[in-house]
Amino acid sequence: MLAEKYLRDAMMPHIWCPGCGHGIILQAVLRAIEKAGLDQDKTVIVSGIGCSSRASGYVNFDTLHTTHGRALAFATGVKLAKPELNVIVLTGDGDALAIGGNHFIHACRRNIDITTIVFNNSIYGMTSGQYSPMTPAGKFATTSPYGNIDRNFDVCELAKAAGATYVARSTAYHAASMPDLIVKAIKNKGFSVVEAISQCPTYYGRRNKMGSAVDMLNWQKENTVNVAAAARLQPEQLAGKIIIGELYNNPAPEFTQQYEELIARLQGGEE
Amino acid sequence: MSPTVKLLQGNEACVEGALAAGLRFFAGYPITPSTEIAEALSERLPRVGGRFIQMEDEIASMAAVIGASLTGAKAMTATSGPGFSLKQENLGFAMLTEVPCVVVNVMRGGPSTGLPTSPAQADVMQARWGTHGDHPVIALYPASVPEVYEVTIKAFNLAEKFRTPVILLMDEVIGHMRERIELPDTPPVPVVERQRPTVPKEDYLPYDNSQDVPPLASFGDGYRFHVTGLIHDQKGYPTSAPAKVEALLTRLQNKIQSNLDEILMWETIGMEDAEVAVFAYGATARSAVRAVRIAREQGIKVGLLRPITIWPFPDKLISQYTSQLKALIVAEMNLGQLVDEVERATKGQVPIKRVLQANGELIAPDTILRAVLEVK
Repeated sequence: MLAEKYLRDAMMPHIWCPGCGHGIILQAVLRAIEKAGLDQDKTVIVSGIGCSSRASGYVNFDTLHTTHGRALAFATGVKLAKPELNVIVLTGDGDALAIGGNHFIHACRRNIDITTIVFNNSIYGMTSGQYSPMTPAGKFATTSPYGNIDRNFDVCELAKAAGATYVARSTAYHAASMPDLIVKAIKNKGFSVVEAISQCPTYYGRRNKMGSAVDMLNWQKENTVNVAAAARLQPEQLAGKIIIGELYNNPAPEFTQQYEELIARLQGGEE
Repeated sequence: MSPTVKLLQGNEACVEGALAAGLRFFAGYPITPSTEIAEALSERLPRVGGRFIQMEDEIASMAAVIGASLTGAKAMTATSGPGFSLKQENLGFAMLTEVPCVVVNVMRGGPSTGLPTSPAQADVMQARWGTHGDHPVIALYPASVPEVYEVTIKAFNLAEKFRTPVILLMDEVIGHMRERIELPDTPPVPVVERQRPTVPKEDYLPYDNSQDVPPLASFGDGYRFHVTGLIHDQKGYPTSAPAKVEALLTRLQNKIQSNLDEILMWETIGMEDAEVAVFAYGATARSAVRAVRIAREQGIKVGLLRPITIWPFPDKLISQYTSQLKALIVAEMNLGQLVDEVERATKGQVPIKRVLQANGELIAPDTILRAVLEVK
């Protein structure tokens, strides 16, 4: 059973609120790991700080729960020092894109073989509801009591522009199809980003009058369009819609592979 | 075989020492006056099967070093004051999670961007208390190019033995000065390897409080352990239970405090009959040696106290001489940092004369000599 194999009993119960989407997304990550056939002893899960980043403690691998925003920098050290390890980073919208924004774009640029899952709940949940770089303009948070003036990132466009070689988006509602996207992200030899839209009924949902967790899941269903379907729609039909599915898949030379080749070349005495 | 004789900078000697100690991973970010360390390692490491990476910033360099060390690699980063400030966040992470690594700070004048190419001993207190929270720290401070080589090896040894980051402080003038150095074929001090767990995997406690320094498994070896910057129990899982918090923080202090004999290093000159002592470290100690020699020629009974380990502070270096001293001169290139520690260690038994200078120039031997003549 998936839970018995991959969850740490001693760490249960988890700290996530009732209705939180993070558990659904973590399940999709574990299903993907199983489906991709990763060796449990050769897989390292790295996370930063925040609600989503607590996930590293719950799963039965070598796990590294780092400082706020720095997960990708720690993961880069792990992967470069021991390239045979599979490295998966679990992070949130604030962790990856505010305090960790610089590490995020440079990990993309480097195309290092790390798979990053961004749990995007549009809010800082751990500190009880401040706006994040993924909180849409106009939305409410404890630090945007008059509506958010900041604009939000599109993390998938950002990842693509910065050099990630596999980019996909899914939502907690689409739990059934999310694992396949993550499997492809894992299989991509390079830097992969999967944005997983999550619901935070406790802080984001309540403040923005989005109803219950079920209502928020329905919102995810109604406001997303699969990338294949989107291709057949006119721009005005797509206004306000979130495109999900595989958004970009364009392999390029991978960092640690190139470093291994450099070592081989130098130790072969060619230079 | 006879040793190779070279004319090296302190920064280059640090590279030689690190490689002799078994360094296999370096992450850094360009900053004067430490950049030569990164430059040399970018060339040397891949040749020995190690890895070099220039990260996007100083914070990331420190993070990558910790990640690499957790896979079993001996790891190091190097920086200067502004970068050392940025490293403090993850330096604290390494202390709490007990991940061995070496952090070199080739100091410049501060605060802020300060004096990028001038010497100052301005970060000795930052080395002690730069990161938040109660924590132990080991900081070493060599005074010559050959000593940089040897002390770098010792820094790795202490890091691996005590599962802790070790800070190596270097003066800008030591980092950039060239001196004759003999590089032996085998390291002049035995190289220490980190202790690995031998228990069955299901019994492994990465933070076992029954020993000072629990063995550290490597990622990928099948132990599947958790590392977190939250206060954790013996298994590595987060806890806020007061007894468990106390057990961890106490052990972290004890693993350093109960092994001072192994950690503390110093040199003394002429202390057998000294009535006056000069306390100085790093480049300042070189001026102090000259001042002591000239004063001795004039018949003044003066000696030198030179700590090589500055943290934990070597109280014993001071206390063993307090009864024979009528004055103690503390010379440092800052506005008064270690002098307060010296004063504390004397327990008020010896008057202290401060020779402090923070103008970007070395303290000249004459300046220290004048102080000796004043207090003799």
